[in-house]
Amino acid sequence: MADGESQYVTATVGGQLVGLPIERVQDVFIPDRLTRVPLAPPEVAGLLNVRGRIVTIVDMWQRLGGERRNERPLAIGIEHDGEFYGLLVDQIGEVLNLPAAHAEGNPINLDSRLAAVSVGIHRLDTQLMVVLDVDRVLEFGACAQAA
Amino acid sequence: MRAHIDKIGGSIDVSSACGRGTAFTIKIPLTLAIVSALIIEVGAERFAVPQLAVVELVRVRNGSELSIERIKQTPVLRLRNKLLALVDLKTLLRIDSRAEAKTEGAFVVVLQVAGETFGVVVEAVFDTEEIVVKPMASRLRQSAMFSGNTILGDGSVILILDPNGIARAIGIAGARQQSRAEDRPSEDHAAPTESMLVFRAGTPNPKAVPLSLVTRLEEIDARTIELSNGRPVVQYRGQLMPLVAVSADVKVRSTGTQPVLVFADDRRALALAVDEIIDIVEDRFDIELTGDTPGLLGSAVIKGRATEIIDVSHFLRLAFDDWRDWKERTADGRVRTVLLVDDAAFFRNMLSPVLRAAGYAVTAAASASEALALLETDQAFDCLITDIDMPGMSGFDLATVVRSNPRTAEVPIIGLASIVSPEAVERGKHAGLLDCVTKFDRSRLIAALKNQVAA
Repeated sequence: MADGESQYVTATVGGQLVGLPIERVQDVFIPDRLTRVPLAPPEVAGLLNVRGRIVTIVDMWQRLGGERRNERPLAIGIEHDGEFYGLLVDQIGEVLNLPAAHAEGNPINLDSRLAAVSVGIHRLDTQLMVVLDVDRVLEFGACAQAA
Repeated sequence: MRAHIDKIGGSIDVSSACGRGTAFTIKIPLTLAIVSALIIEVGAERFAVPQLAVVELVRVRNGSELSIERIKQTPVLRLRNKLLALVDLKTLLRIDSRAEAKTEGAFVVVLQVAGETFGVVVEAVFDTEEIVVKPMASRLRQSAMFSGNTILGDGSVILILDPNGIARAIGIAGARQQSRAEDRPSEDHAAPTESMLVFRAGTPNPKAVPLSLVTRLEEIDARTIELSNGRPVVQYRGQLMPLVAVSADVKVRSTGTQPVLVFADDRRALALAVDEIIDIVEDRFDIELTGDTPGLLGSAVIKGRATEIIDVSHFLRLAFDDWRDWKERTADGRVRTVLLVDDAAFFRNMLSPVLRAAGYAVTAAASASEALALLETDQAFDCLITDIDMPGMSGFDLATVVRSNPRTAEVPIIGLASIVSPEAVERGKHAGLLDCVTKFDRSRLIAALKNQVAA
């Protein structure tokens, strides 16, 4: 990997292409048999046993805005503060090697839900990719104030 | 399997003898809480109820002797000539189930919490399971209805209902708590109970260390103790773990097994050699600080005997000369300073060594006013850790004052509570606490501190 390049795992959420820094992504899995959590924040889709760990599944359509487009969504596994989370997305794309020079800050008129969790936009040939700040994606519910 | 056991701090050994079989030895840390729980179902969702709170199960059927009646909207049950308040779990948890409720019958799980008895209406009751309670993810902690979650034998994740939370939600315990608080104004601030691991080392009188500090108890085959650089070490999980005797009177054994207490943080482990592990005692302790004996914090009366409380941080430094330097080097080389405020001497004495062992310089204050006086001096603190529940000025009030003073407004504040309730988190947020940690959760406290002071 050349200097000034970053690797991103890409995914789509409600038609929007997003990218997550590859070093934060642990695995990708198919969520099955979710345990719903009553009274939880709307962003929490449920809990899941992934190889003996209890993983909190985050509904990214709720978090970022957008319609679910896939009846069999995938989950991107990440770790945050010693806890495990799975981000539900419509589709997982390829891993992209992107030069930092192609990144820009958020446009000022970006959807506020996206702006809250985005660290910038990458201009790809055919579309734009929103780079997500994983930590900020998880700032909701009881922990939103801890930031 | 191995990876999972390692993850929770345990170990697994397999020994096979040809023609005789295979023996698996699994060790798991003491801190795992295993409870027996009743599995119930409501609205097609399953939940676990701690068996400890369950008094009995009652099957109710419309038209039968045992049927749910209503006073206005409140459901009640006539049970042995007494009225039992009922709570419909489905309504309480706002579970919208598409499946029509089974009308022909339901179960009432009778719970008893803090002397109050009430019934929870559920649709089905399964068997009981022994479950390992895991804490809820931080994103889900604001709900008081659940005390944790776990993985059942069939691999599914299940939420554990908190009978206290349910009682509070329906206003049973709330009213009672208030009256109780009025009954006993002074008791509230007595030191909460703590578990102590009591052992013998060198002298005939017992020694003790808070169980929350101990990572594991091990018995080491004395033949595996080696010398490195003139000091005893053992190979432990692919690392060399120094072996330190609690006092000079303890002879590290050369035959048989050597009982040790293992203290570990993310990177290092230390084995403290003792003669014999005696007991685990849970009680309230008052530690009286004693003089300058290195390695001793003070003494306390445990089970009627004067018991010396050892200072773990002393041994950590003894084993790793660079323990402090190594931690300090993480940033610009300056020692981070922490102001610890707690009205209970027990926690000041307990937490200071823990923080020191993690490489911080600790100043302790016994009250909010003492802390404010210290903050007024020239001494700058990198972080303020305060008990939230103190007589007079509470931790919340202290945080508010510290925040409003421009000189100290930027100091990160971490709250300490015996139990972190959603209400406390909410109040803390308003008062400017950056984090709230339970007093016994040493690793979370250190993690929170690292987070706040890292910059």
